[in-house]
Amino acid sequence: MNAILLDGVTLRLGGRIVLDRISLEIADAEFVGVLGPNGAGKTTLMRAILGLLPLAAGRIAVHGQPVRRGNRLIGYMPQVRATTALRLSGHAFVAAAVEGDRWGLPRLDRAGRLAVDEALELVGARALARRPMVELSGGERQRLLLAQSLLGRPRLLLLDEPLISLDPHRQGEVVRLVRRLQRELGIAVLFSAHELNPLLGALDRVLYLGGGRASLGSVDEVITAPVLSRLYGAPIEVVRAGGRIFVMSGGQDMERDAHRHDHAGTRAGFGA
Amino acid sequence: MIGLLGYDFMRNAFAAAGLVAVMSGLVGFFLVLRGQTFAGHALSHVGFTGATGAVLIGVSPLWGLVGVTVAGGVGMGLLGERLAGRDVAIGMVLATALGLGLLFLHFFTAYASQATALLFGNVFGVDRGTVWGLAGLCLLALAALGAIARPLLFATLQPELAEARGVSLRLVSVLFLALVGLCTAGCAQIVGVLLVFTLMVGPAAAAQRLTVRLGRGMALAVALALTEAWGGIVLAWFTDWPASFWITALSALAYSLAWALAWLADGRRPVPAAG
Ligand SMILES: Nc1ncnc2c1ncn2[C@@H]1O[C@H](COP(=O)(O)OP(=O)(O)OP(=O)(O)O)[C@@H](O)[C@H]1O
Ligand SMILES: [Mg+2]
Repeated sequence: MNAILLDGVTLRLGGRIVLDRISLEIADAEFVGVLGPNGAGKTTLMRAILGLLPLAAGRIAVHGQPVRRGNRLIGYMPQVRATTALRLSGHAFVAAAVEGDRWGLPRLDRAGRLAVDEALELVGARALARRPMVELSGGERQRLLLAQSLLGRPRLLLLDEPLISLDPHRQGEVVRLVRRLQRELGIAVLFSAHELNPLLGALDRVLYLGGGRASLGSVDEVITAPVLSRLYGAPIEVVRAGGRIFVMSGGQDMERDAHRHDHAGTRAGFGA
Repeated sequence: MIGLLGYDFMRNAFAAAGLVAVMSGLVGFFLVLRGQTFAGHALSHVGFTGATGAVLIGVSPLWGLVGVTVAGGVGMGLLGERLAGRDVAIGMVLATALGLGLLFLHFFTAYASQATALLFGNVFGVDRGTVWGLAGLCLLALAALGAIARPLLFATLQPELAEARGVSLRLVSVLFLALVGLCTAGCAQIVGVLLVFTLMVGPAAAAQRLTVRLGRGMALAVALALTEAWGGIVLAWFTDWPASFWITALSALAYSLAWALAWLADGRRPVPAAG
């Protein structure tokens, strides 16, 4: 069965069509990189799969079931922003997600403690989790967030920009870790990113979003001048050099540019 | 020491301060965690208007406070993110509220001491009825916090994930801010509306500097709040200086000590590898 099925899906935000009549299928144990410029709809697509966004048209199914909020089959790592509670330990941070939707006191029972330990073990962060979040590097925090998304043994992982603000070396580490987990657990992963290159060795397929449209396929099928020119709505050149791929428009590297914009635009802390 | 408890007003003071300390230690812990300490401050200012307004129409100031702070908390929760970052607008509302409170007081020139009590607290003026009122308030607040603590923590640490798991961020936020309103009203009875910060934020912030564990942090926040509130009363008894002064002084001292201790602990720990 497919992990994700989109059938003629249109997503609208504030009157603006973000994705327009998208149909695609993602297999049971597939690592899919989700790419596209700022505002292409990567986050919006993930939120729709989580059931957080009404569909303007079409149908989404996750493992054959229609989307609904609180689907335990899906693990989610939101796009990182500043959290205010950095003085707490990583363990407390991860543990907050265990049955966090139930009313009552935030106490972990035995099963809950085991689940947290197991998730931390998977990402190799058990020692790390004893330290306060403030003391951790970006890459270490990403590992804890990944552990949190793995709680409850999901069959599908939605990882929104796990590479943001990491240096190339750490980016490689995170990608390899996710790839290893994806294979070991036999699950499907949607992994959004601004740059294709850190993902190149790990991907099964690429989902490229732009201009309300989407293109899903192997790197060689999707990362081509005609496909990307259609998505960007502008002439695009694809340059391959030294095992890396550059998406250029009028001599500018599109993905690098997008990345830079994002740092300035990362949403500030959660309000009152 | 026995002499301290020999008087009715002292017993009332200890009881009222103890109740409020437990409540504000716990509620404050989440307030600090959520980075919403300003909300507590804001609610107390609005509460002043409620208290003076209540006096004006012949109602107990405690219930005026409670009504307005809880309503204010719910309002802030409902406005939610639309309110975030509007410092000037919020500041204007607060200043207006305080000004309005002052106007209400103006009609009560005979009650100048009541104004001071509202602004800076008068723990020795708490009567038996108010203690019972506070006990009810406390019980309600603790029960409510016990009910929402789990989704509240989740929504605080990982709002998007909590939302995806089915937590209503707005509901949790509204309930919590209503709770902050209750707690503010309680604190104001002890240290006055201007110094609510000292009991609600000081102990919780100090506790979070000292431990990274959740349960320990909450316990420590309560212990610190109790120590500061009761310590302030004892010191006021022996020095005849205002209790509110001593409570703020102890709160500041505890916070500074927590900083110093955390700093020392950081220095002793080996520096983690870069990156
Ligand atoms: N609440 C909203 N109301 C209206 N438009 C919105 C809202 N949230 C997002 N948008 C718009 O929807 C579009 C898609 O946003 P989305 O966050 O999904 O993009 P993204 O691909 O994740 O971008 P980024 O790379 O910056 O994370 C953007 O143009 C954005 O401006
Ligand atoms: Mg995004």
